[in-house]
Amino acid sequence: MHNEHIVQKFNFDLLLAAPFILLLLAYIFAVFRSNKHYKHWPLYRIITWKIGVICIMAVVLGPLAERIHTDFVAHMMGHLLLGMIAPLLIVLSAPMTLLLRCIPVNQGRQITKILKRLPIQLLTNPIIASLLNMGGLWLLYSTELFSLMHQNLVLYIFIHIHVFIAGYLFTASIIYIDPTPHRKSYLYRAVIFILASASHGILAKHIYVHPPSSVLASEAENGAMLMYYGGDAVDIIIILIFCFQWYKASKRKSWLPKKAVNI
Amino acid sequence: MARNLWSGIFFGLGLVAFLDEAVFHQILHWHHFYDKSTLSIGLISDGLFHAFSWFSTIGGLFLLADLRRRNELRLKGWIGAVLLGGGTFQLYDGLIQHKIMKIHQIRYVENVIIYDLIWNFIAIIMILSGLLLIIKTEKSSRGATDHAQ
Repeated sequence: MHNEHIVQKFNFDLLLAAPFILLLLAYIFAVFRSNKHYKHWPLYRIITWKIGVICIMAVVLGPLAERIHTDFVAHMMGHLLLGMIAPLLIVLSAPMTLLLRCIPVNQGRQITKILKRLPIQLLTNPIIASLLNMGGLWLLYSTELFSLMHQNLVLYIFIHIHVFIAGYLFTASIIYIDPTPHRKSYLYRAVIFILASASHGILAKHIYVHPPSSVLASEAENGAMLMYYGGDAVDIIIILIFCFQWYKASKRKSWLPKKAVNI
Repeated sequence: MARNLWSGIFFGLGLVAFLDEAVFHQILHWHHFYDKSTLSIGLISDGLFHAFSWFSTIGGLFLLADLRRRNELRLKGWIGAVLLGGGTFQLYDGLIQHKIMKIHQIRYVENVIIYDLIWNFIAIIMILSGLLLIIKTEKSSRGATDHAQ
């Protein structure tokens, strides 16, 4: 009886893991294709993609995923992995650039055309992306949504997909790795990033004081501190990349003759 | 010179916020993560400054690297700006955030007023010595350009 249970569990986990394993393989396949025609695809991007996908997997199946439903600190660890760490790693792996390299040129043009359309332009605007990202989190943790989510599987899946996509859009709207048609200035992005990051810290302290219903105060305190400091750690990496991009871009600017410099 | 000042002020503010977090929160455990008497404006102010301080530490240093690349760094003035930015934030933290918004006290002991006095006194010393350095650098650079003419 016990063995049967383990076998069933194993099969179920395999089913859950399948799409992620496909994603890992698809990226490697795309890299091989791209390397045939273009400059060698950097190794670090393959690594960030792999770790990024594995971070999402860790939230969906395995030991952490099992504890997420009962333990708020594990839940917050999952939130950090799904909403911050995985999005950053996947942004760094430049999936859109890789995709455009692997498909025929006219299909690529169609994709870039879609990327230039208004809805995508809105979604990748730092303000909208921040509102989707932080607004979603405020709704989740400061209303009854948190306990509702644990009673309804569809809602649970929807919210988790939202956390990842909103995290991805937010990260991609601040640091530009993939082709980004509607670019915003560094100052604009910096201001929005600081406001979003501040609202993350404020929400963490709000959870510390007002835990979502059904969460124990002690667990909420530890979870809130993990959210506060874990968020900082990921933010520091985003800031470093952002500033480095500014540093490189402003060098290129200073090469231009003085009259052409447009600040 | 303006870029030197901004770079220094940003870095100074970030540095003081970082030392506050590392020394008083994490090492000494004098500051508390949350104090029950905190006003909600205190939470907002703390969140904004906390987020801004990471950005300004790193951004300030990248601005410094950019100044060196352009050969425009005035180190004395930059250090003055670090002291000015750091001191101003420390004074804001010590007077507004600790005392008015009550985000937390310096230490949870009797006579915390002594800690407050030292804290804010250091802040004022930092601001004044920062301003002094900046004015000196301004004067010497003006003197240098006059001399060149």
